[in-house]
Amino acid sequence: MSEALYQSIVLDRSRHPHHAGRPAVFDVEGKSENRMCGDMVSVFLSGADVRHEADGCAILVASAELMCEAATGKTDGEIAILSDRFEHLVKTGQENPELGDLNALAGIAQYPSRLRCATLPWSALRDAIAKGGSAGDTANG
Amino acid sequence: MSITLPALDVHGFRQDFPILSQKVHGKPFVFLDSGASAQKPKQVIEAMRFVMEEQYANVHRGLHYMSEKASDAYENVRDKVAELLNAASREEIVFTRNATESINLVAYSWGRTVLKPGDAVAVSEMEHHANLVPWQMLRDAHGTELRIIKITDSGELNWNSLEDVFADGKVKLLALTHMSNVLGSYTPVERLAKFAHEHGAKILLDGAQAIVHRAVDVQAIDADFYVFSGHKLYGPTGVGVLYAKAEILGAMPPFMGGGDMIASVSYEKSVWAKPPHRFEAGTPAIIETIGLGAAIDYVRAIGFDAIAAHEQYLTEHALATLSRIEGLRILGSAQDRGGVISFVMKDAHAHDIATLLDRQGIAVRAGHHCAEPLMGRLGVSSTARATFGLYTLPEEIDALATGLERVRKIFA
Repeated sequence: MSEALYQSIVLDRSRHPHHAGRPAVFDVEGKSENRMCGDMVSVFLSGADVRHEADGCAILVASAELMCEAATGKTDGEIAILSDRFEHLVKTGQENPELGDLNALAGIAQYPSRLRCATLPWSALRDAIAKGGSAGDTANG
Repeated sequence: MSITLPALDVHGFRQDFPILSQKVHGKPFVFLDSGASAQKPKQVIEAMRFVMEEQYANVHRGLHYMSEKASDAYENVRDKVAELLNAASREEIVFTRNATESINLVAYSWGRTVLKPGDAVAVSEMEHHANLVPWQMLRDAHGTELRIIKITDSGELNWNSLEDVFADGKVKLLALTHMSNVLGSYTPVERLAKFAHEHGAKILLDGAQAIVHRAVDVQAIDADFYVFSGHKLYGPTGVGVLYAKAEILGAMPPFMGGGDMIASVSYEKSVWAKPPHRFEAGTPAIIETIGLGAAIDYVRAIGFDAIAAHEQYLTEHALATLSRIEGLRILGSAQDRGGVISFVMKDAHAHDIATLLDRQGIAVRAGHHCAEPLMGRLGVSSTARATFGLYTLPEEIDALATGLERVRKIFA
């Protein structure tokens, strides 16, 4: 229970990320960093592909991973809704069936000082979208 | 000499610290973050309660009973600090908010008058931001230079680099930590003061960590400036100390203007009060300063020999115990080091370590410890850090080791 946040999906994704690495070619790079702790994350959008480069703790990397998976192919509008729901999830700990695997991070609500670790990739994604990128290959906004 | 037993009645002293009997997440509270801020004994809490309930008024102002009592109690702490540091006189002790403010005071007042554009200030690679940023600000505002002295891989000052930095004679201030808040290394302050003086420079020592762990004698060191914070020395937050030699303080203009720091004021001109009051504008942290006095009484009653021996024992125990954990690397291996131990673990980020330990009731710090350039030098982005106080038990270090084994297994 006490280590619930570090359940297998979070550990597994942080150690074996599927969406990590800077692509050779991409449309837009979004960035976000937490100066307090030195964590940094970049999100790359190219076509419908969403990838990340995360330098930080297991929560940050796992959150970036799950976000990339959830955001791929989504329109900007859908991502905005997803982002709001995710924020609600990590602040309240209330799981939401719409969020799928992202629910693995619900436990962060018990660790207020770690909230930024989970939300940092989403800031980077919003930054990328603000710079004109899109995760949906057909619709842009 | 090897010490095999704690030299203190630690279990007895722990009774003085009410917070230590708390439970955290249902587990005994293991507090290994004293280096960030220490817990407070009931003697400090009681002294602060007493002044508020029975002896409180503003200081240095009222011609009435309560103001005189409060002023006496406040000024009495200046004597206690002077004794603690073995200052030549009580007028060499200035109360500030914390060590950070003390350094900013020196940078602003002394730095802008005594230092000339083109003069240099030298700091080391293992400074807390508090002893780096004020000198950067001085550089940008006043045209002084900022030079960095390298450290060795073991976390000691690199003497060749020190000599290089001083070679052209431009360095007029050597501003150094007395004990690294990341590596636990002590700097050889007597030797450094002699070196600085031989090269025509003054020396400022950041004693925020060191003051807690060993006796400091500013006259024996021949320090020009020495700073520390009350809250790391088992006192309250909001009060710190600047020690400076009388002739230096006497030539310094005020840092801030206001009440209490003047001899006379007219619209045309104000005449500054003599030190130390010249540097204490406005109503000071009266209650907190009196709390600091109680903290100084507390540690001096125990004695720094006993405190230092206890912490030496804890440090040796921790280094031995933690180094047995697979994949754990302790940063720094200075010969003269104390109860500040930073480490990283293979595959586990410092923040994950801290969170998982917290769930076991163990408080450590994780991050860059306000020393970002040092993190770069060490090739890490953050570390976990365990720091010890006079109330720390060897069993708590064992609990840390057990907790870290658990972290290792989770990330294995």
